[in-house]
Amino acid sequence: MENPYIIKQISIFSENRPGRLAAIAEALKGAEINIFAFSIAEADGFGVVRALVDRPEEAYRALTDLGFRVSFTEVVGVKMRDEPGGLSEIASILGDADINIEYAYAYSGRDAAVLILRVDQVEDAIRQILERGGELLEASRFR
Amino acid sequence: MAAWNPRIEEMPRDELQRLQFKLLKMLVYRLYSFNDFYRRRMKDAGVHPDDIRTLDDVRKLPFMYKRDLRDGYPDRIFSAARDELVRYHVSSGTTGKPTVVGYTRHDVEIWTESLARAFTSCGLGRGDVVQVSYGYGLFTGGLGAHYGAERIGATVLPTSVGNTERQIELMQDLHVTAIACTPSYLLHMGEVAEKMGVSIQDDTDLRAGILGAEPWSEQMRERIQDWLGIRAYDIYGTSELSGPMFTECTEQKGIHIWGDLALAEIVDPETGEPLGPGERGELTVTILQKEALPIIRYRIGDITVMDDGTCACGRTHPRIGRIQGRVDDMLIIRGINVFPSQVEHTLMQIPDVGRHFQIVVDRRGALDTMLVRVEVAEEAFSDKITDLMVVKKKVEHRLRSSLNVGVDVELVEPGSLPRFEGKSKKVIDRRSM
Repeated sequence: MENPYIIKQISIFSENRPGRLAAIAEALKGAEINIFAFSIAEADGFGVVRALVDRPEEAYRALTDLGFRVSFTEVVGVKMRDEPGGLSEIASILGDADINIEYAYAYSGRDAAVLILRVDQVEDAIRQILERGGELLEASRFR
Repeated sequence: MAAWNPRIEEMPRDELQRLQFKLLKMLVYRLYSFNDFYRRRMKDAGVHPDDIRTLDDVRKLPFMYKRDLRDGYPDRIFSAARDELVRYHVSSGTTGKPTVVGYTRHDVEIWTESLARAFTSCGLGRGDVVQVSYGYGLFTGGLGAHYGAERIGATVLPTSVGNTERQIELMQDLHVTAIACTPSYLLHMGEVAEKMGVSIQDDTDLRAGILGAEPWSEQMRERIQDWLGIRAYDIYGTSELSGPMFTECTEQKGIHIWGDLALAEIVDPETGEPLGPGERGELTVTILQKEALPIIRYRIGDITVMDDGTCACGRTHPRIGRIQGRVDDMLIIRGINVFPSQVEHTLMQIPDVGRHFQIVVDRRGALDTMLVRVEVAEEAFSDKITDLMVVKKKVEHRLRSSLNVGVDVELVEPGSLPRFEGKSKKVIDRRSM
């Protein structure tokens, strides 16, 4: 059974030049897809735009139809206390459990700040966070 | 199958070279005495027939270029009287004025002999039915292949080009065993046949393709052989040399250049200096036994390598590799000759990137830089930057080792590179600006 806390993030390959993010955003707007959070990772001449959207399958289709290279990546969203020490709590849970964070980005939502994590052992991470009293976003919000 | 002309084809190399020297010497004396164009050329170059004392002395003779043939339009370079000619072929004038090639009876004879040997080396002979789907007419492909196939006792089906469905019906009904055409036309035939519900592999007797008149690759050979269930052989020639003349043998390891008919050299396209076996350069050909339109050290503009070793088939004549590109497409990066076709060839072997590319050449200070833009393949796209950097480094490494020059690679979005052939879009050279 699918883990209810594993969220499907879409990742989009993008050249590092003006207008590319606009093109991606325009495509999502055209498909009436809402973006909860996104980040841009940049390298030498190119980048990867990562986004949590309300309907990832449709976003995937809209972008690939326009020729974008898109993939799904499993991430988890952890609610953080929006005050000093919030990030430290989450990071130490994972550090103690020897789970490596490949990348992370955060957004400040309506009720809490959310840390989006890409980790090397996702099932482990979910178990550890829940056992230590952490709160995770449910994937059902993103499909 | 035994060679068509074993005495010549299996002649020991030193004997072959003595024969080549004798023929070269006779050719040079004849042209110096009777051909104004060649006498003037030799005088300008300060070379006299007496200076040709060894086979290597061919290098003293001046080169000849396509423009010489165009300037000689229609028959000013010809060395035979008009009433000795039995045929004309005319090459298309897509890159300038057309070129007229005249043939004496002997010229047609050696051309036919060349292809008789070649087709025999592909395992063809009496009992084979050869469908000639090269164009008949001013183009040399159709008639050249036709005469060669008839000479070895094969039955010729002269379909020429076009009306593909009919060609496929005839291929089935007349039990065609070999076809001579362009590789792209054969692929087209395969597709049309499938639409007709015919499998060339299962429903025809076709077992060999003699393919050429356009550049093609090893990958294309594999595809044709696997899909159509035949052996695909590369054929080479140009109208200036007479037409298609040389093919691979059943070993498929290079095209045999009959040494008693042609003296092939590989030279540096920039300096004209001779290059050794295995070194990539421009094919330069002297046709040793041609009467109407003599050809000495003709710079064809095709890039290849020479293999001087004896072939496993037993034929002793030197071989050239597949044509790798055109001199016109050559780039010089930090003094190294680079061909876009090499880039394409390398990229085709890396599944992480597409086969489309763009080369941007620039100059940073005094140093040339070469950037190759490639599209990330679907399977290779990873969300992780580090994975993508590994792809980039891998492509850079592979290009560097095949081109011998440092290359930067830029990963670009799919569909963003020009799809159409043509140097103007595939190569952007900013150094001249």
